[in-house]
Amino acid sequence: MAEKMKLAIIRGATCSGCDVEIVDINERLVEVLGIADIVYAAVIMDTKHSELEAMADGSIDITFYHGAVRDSENEHLAKIARKKSKTLIAFGSCAVYGGIPGLANVTNKEEIFKVAYQDTPSTVNPDFVVPLPEWKDERGHVLTLPRFYDDVFSLDDFVEVDYYLPGCPPLVTQINQALDVIVSGELPPKGKVLASEKTLCDECKREKSENMRIEKICRPHEIEPDPEKCLLEQGIICLGPATRAGCEAKCIEANMPCRGCLGATAAAIDQGGSILSAIASILDITDKESQMSEEDIYKLVSQIKDPLGTFYRFSMPKSLLRRTKKELEKEKV
Amino acid sequence: MDWEPKILVFCCNWCSYAGADLAGIARLQMPTNFRMIKVMCSGRVDPEFILSAFSKGADGVLVSGCHLADCHYIGGNYRTRRRIALLKILIEQYGLNPKRLRLEWISAAEGQKFAQVIREFTEEIKALGPSPFKKKSALAVVEASPTVAKVSTAVAEASPGT
Ligand code: SF4
Ligand code: SF4
Ligand code: SF4
Ligand code: FES
Repeated sequence: MAEKMKLAIIRGATCSGCDVEIVDINERLVEVLGIADIVYAAVIMDTKHSELEAMADGSIDITFYHGAVRDSENEHLAKIARKKSKTLIAFGSCAVYGGIPGLANVTNKEEIFKVAYQDTPSTVNPDFVVPLPEWKDERGHVLTLPRFYDDVFSLDDFVEVDYYLPGCPPLVTQINQALDVIVSGELPPKGKVLASEKTLCDECKREKSENMRIEKICRPHEIEPDPEKCLLEQGIICLGPATRAGCEAKCIEANMPCRGCLGATAAAIDQGGSILSAIASILDITDKESQMSEEDIYKLVSQIKDPLGTFYRFSMPKSLLRRTKKELEKEKV
Repeated sequence: MDWEPKILVFCCNWCSYAGADLAGIARLQMPTNFRMIKVMCSGRVDPEFILSAFSKGADGVLVSGCHLADCHYIGGNYRTRRRIALLKILIEQYGLNPKRLRLEWISAAEGQKFAQVIREFTEEIKALGPSPFKKKSALAVVEASPTVAKVSTAVAEASPGT
């Protein structure tokens, strides 16, 4: 019998949803275990970093890394994962784009610590005691914690990534497709995103009109959307035009708009810029346009609350402007 | 401070570029801080281009098109004004002063106006100072080579421990 493959699952700054989705492949797990040994996966076995560190370089065939990189431990594991693996897959939107944790790039470590260790209503911490990366007791024993970074990064900001499997989390069907490719041994060229190159709108079955126009922006709970018609046309912000297909339009099926978790297609430079353009361009243009003042236009577009959080929900660390800088408050970053 | 702003100007082919040309032919005095990109229509200026310009360190971006109802492609500038208005809100969220992005309607006959806008805008940007995205930060290293592992030292400098 051919030698079994060696697989590893490594956790970065993750919510663990990706772990759950891997386990959700159910009976396929048995098949996977038939052809592969899982040599490291904190979620299902008792493992230590030191065991991973002790493995020979390049000895793991495939590693799935899920979660973003936002502290020194994530960075360390990312580098070890790279060294020990022949193929490294960025698994899930956090690893691929920075994901939801990436929204922390609108603030910084200092502010985050202030909220977490001081401002939350359930916290009493008058001396503002915060976790220290290193602490020594009187007898010289040293305890350490990972260093928390100002920024949240994607995996490939630190190490070379062989394949990308976006999605928050990647769906079972996507994981199965990726496994098929791995099992077949016919791996695509490195650097490939294991998802479609089309946009979600291309695959979405909802009716769209030729000349799309949004009259008014609504939040999903404010209207009962027609299940046959394009959500964007009904005024619900749907990121389908700027998002990669591959999720079988799961959210749309549930009458919820796409929030963009699969990220942009290769054709887009910036997911947020791309959806901003698509939505602004169809926002209530009528034949009374020349009578509209710049003030009216401002009112029209300010119906979109929090464009940054909405358009870059999963991709801020990969956006062109990657993090906010506080020019307006004249603060140094 | 030994700093001169860098301003990027997008002009549509049919009105604003001709307006700029007129300003040049008439030898109107203008500061030389701007570089111009001619596009077919102001509607061709994708928000991604503007974000790219800021990410590469532009201190200000001016988009200029035909007056409303005069766009050669009928509705290009209607889209432009919505995009720019929304983009202003977005860049403000990123921490950029929205004044760094400006939209103007300049016709082929308005050489004077073009020169005036350039003078005004340059003064305004000078008063604002360099863009906060200008500084060579750790992130710039990442941007230049997204798949290379050179970042970590930069990150260590940028994010010292508590
Ligand atoms: S991609 Fe989504 S499910 Fe996976 S770790 Fe990130 S937030 Fe959780
Ligand atoms: S915008 Fe959303 S609802 Fe409309 S076609 Fe695209 S994916 Fe479907
Ligand atoms: S519809 Fe959008 S948000 Fe929902 S799973 Fe698909 S890509 Fe992600
Ligand atoms: S051609 Fe000038 S704005 Fe469209």
